[in-house]
Amino acid sequence: MSLEINVLFFELALTCYALATIAGLVELFKRKKSTSRIALYLSVLGFILHTGSIVTRYIQGGHIPVSNMHEATSFFSWCVLILFFFHEFKYKLGLLSSFIMPIVFVLMFSSAIFPREIKVLSPALQSYWFGIHVILAFLGDAAFAMACGIGIMYLLQEWYVKSKKVSPLFLKLPSLQTLDEINYHLITLGFPLLTLAMITGVIWANSAWGTYWRWDPKEVWSLITWLIYALVLHLRLTVGWRGKKAAILSIVGFAVVIFAFFGVTLILKGRHTFM
Amino acid sequence: MNILVVGLNHKTAPIEVREKVAFDGPKLEEAINTLMKSGEVKENIVLSTCNRVEIYAGVSNMDAGIESIKDFISRFHDVPRNLLDKSLYIHRGSDAVKHMYRVAASLDSMVVGEPQILGQLKDAYDSALKNKSTGVFLNKLMRKSVSVAKRIRTETKIAESAVSISFAAVELAKKIFDNLSTKAVMLIGAGEMAELAARHLMNNGVKEVYVTNRTQCRAEELAREFNGNVVLFHNFVHELHYNDIVICSTGAPDYILMKDQARKVMKDRKQKPIFIIDISVPRNIDPEINNLDNVYLYTVDDLKGIVDTNIGERAKEAEKAEKIVNEEIGSFLKWHESLSATPVIVALRNKAEGIRKAELEKTLKGLGPVEEKTIRSIEQLTTSIVNKIIHPPTAALKSDDEDREQMLDVVQRLFKLNIESDENDKT
Repeated sequence: MSLEINVLFFELALTCYALATIAGLVELFKRKKSTSRIALYLSVLGFILHTGSIVTRYIQGGHIPVSNMHEATSFFSWCVLILFFFHEFKYKLGLLSSFIMPIVFVLMFSSAIFPREIKVLSPALQSYWFGIHVILAFLGDAAFAMACGIGIMYLLQEWYVKSKKVSPLFLKLPSLQTLDEINYHLITLGFPLLTLAMITGVIWANSAWGTYWRWDPKEVWSLITWLIYALVLHLRLTVGWRGKKAAILSIVGFAVVIFAFFGVTLILKGRHTFM
Repeated sequence: MNILVVGLNHKTAPIEVREKVAFDGPKLEEAINTLMKSGEVKENIVLSTCNRVEIYAGVSNMDAGIESIKDFISRFHDVPRNLLDKSLYIHRGSDAVKHMYRVAASLDSMVVGEPQILGQLKDAYDSALKNKSTGVFLNKLMRKSVSVAKRIRTETKIAESAVSISFAAVELAKKIFDNLSTKAVMLIGAGEMAELAARHLMNNGVKEVYVTNRTQCRAEELAREFNGNVVLFHNFVHELHYNDIVICSTGAPDYILMKDQARKVMKDRKQKPIFIIDISVPRNIDPEINNLDNVYLYTVDDLKGIVDTNIGERAKEAEKAEKIVNEEIGSFLKWHESLSATPVIVALRNKAEGIRKAELEKTLKGLGPVEEKTIRSIEQLTTSIVNKIIHPPTAALKSDDEDREQMLDVVQRLFKLNIESDENDKT
């Protein structure tokens, strides 16, 4: 019974995200401001349902539901939403939902494609390090997802300013500096989270498998991700790679995150594979 | 009572005429009071700005009212009637209502959507209130106009984008920087447009101003004017390190800032964005600079392009606003109709009778079984009380007294009478 409830919650949340995404995209092409609110309400509703789905699944499985690709991707998008709401209410940027909700929806949709059965955790995963490691990793990835969305907004607005075109969209988008600063904040949030996730991962690997580091593909790609964001921060602080360059790098960085998440798990298998 | 407006504006009269008939300073109160004494005009609001002079009036006889107002303007300002007649427009009844809505919403302005006019109209109303020259009609019309103007401002984008070059510069600055109060602006050279742009930027929060000029004393003069700092002209490129917005307007025949110099400046600034406005003709800043990262260069033509687009946008929004105006006229006219006596008297009667019946029923229920005779005498008693109370107001409403329409309005409000039009009339 409760399995059905979590599936129902999941499907409803997915539907809300799909509608919020549509409302957000319509907002980009419409003159009136009305759909932005709708997108926000739908995403809040979706988030509540989504939380319900995660909680019921937690109760049923007895562990944080991140033990297969379906659960992990769903949890990933849930983390993105938390950061999205935080920024939406703190900065009240218009149009944020138009750029973040599509990311949330795509993640959630991929989650829907993966097999959904709840499995018993393998012994190696039965550790409190598991929860800490995974939550840190996904919050970090969520910050990078947000940075990517903000980066796209930056590039769009930069294009308007440079090409000297005014359009309703130019008027609705926030200022370049605001976007650049939020992008920077997000990376300074994501980077330490990723670092901590890697440290806890290493400690946990040692307690579970007896080795700290085994050059498993996921580990390698996490290291690459870490290096990219380290470089983003380094270049900004030393030679002032801000603005457009930072925006492009945060999009590239997120592409690597996505590859490390989906690509590595599905193509290059290692001890992180859930199946 | 009839509403009308007599006036002239930038479309019907040249500045020479508008100047002559303006009611500025103490003339305004004098005009309001003189009009009230004329006898024909029962209520009036006098609006006098640099683009328009208008008298809104409530009169009992339309033609006599118009005549007396025209006469008044001509005598007050000592302007011959034939000159006035050429420039004056007259709107009566619903047209006058529409006109006030359009003026309040800035649809009749020289720059459509400019926000000052609503404030000016409110000031005119305040002066009228102070001199007690308004009554039920103009009060209502004024309230309604303000709400229509606000509705238009929220439902359309008529006042949203900049329609002058200096405002366009501010608009852009706000799309590049998040907080202008932490930014510094440098004025290179001087000129009306450059100074105006700098002023607008300061009004929008910019605090620090640096000024440079080939002629040192001119720079000092400007610095005093803007409460800013003087920068030596040969040193200005170096100073760009500290300035986020640059307004350039010198008479130099060629470029005074080259791409390589700008690249060096950006390196020193650690790529902090810089917004350069080149108002000079011929241009003073190498246009190639716009290709550098985090440098945003706008020439006067670029700004003009933005202004033209914005003006086009406003014209589209104005069409929507006109539709709103037409919708809203109806509700004022309905209210006006409700001031005819019959519906008010009927409503008053119904209200009193309704109360009587309800109370009677309650009392009879409480009394328990009572004789038929007693019931009848209680009914008689209540009916005659009600009739005695509402007789004088009914008689007054039916009379031909001058303030009858005011009373109609007051009665409706005192007794909370529900007459159709009041429902869709929220101010």
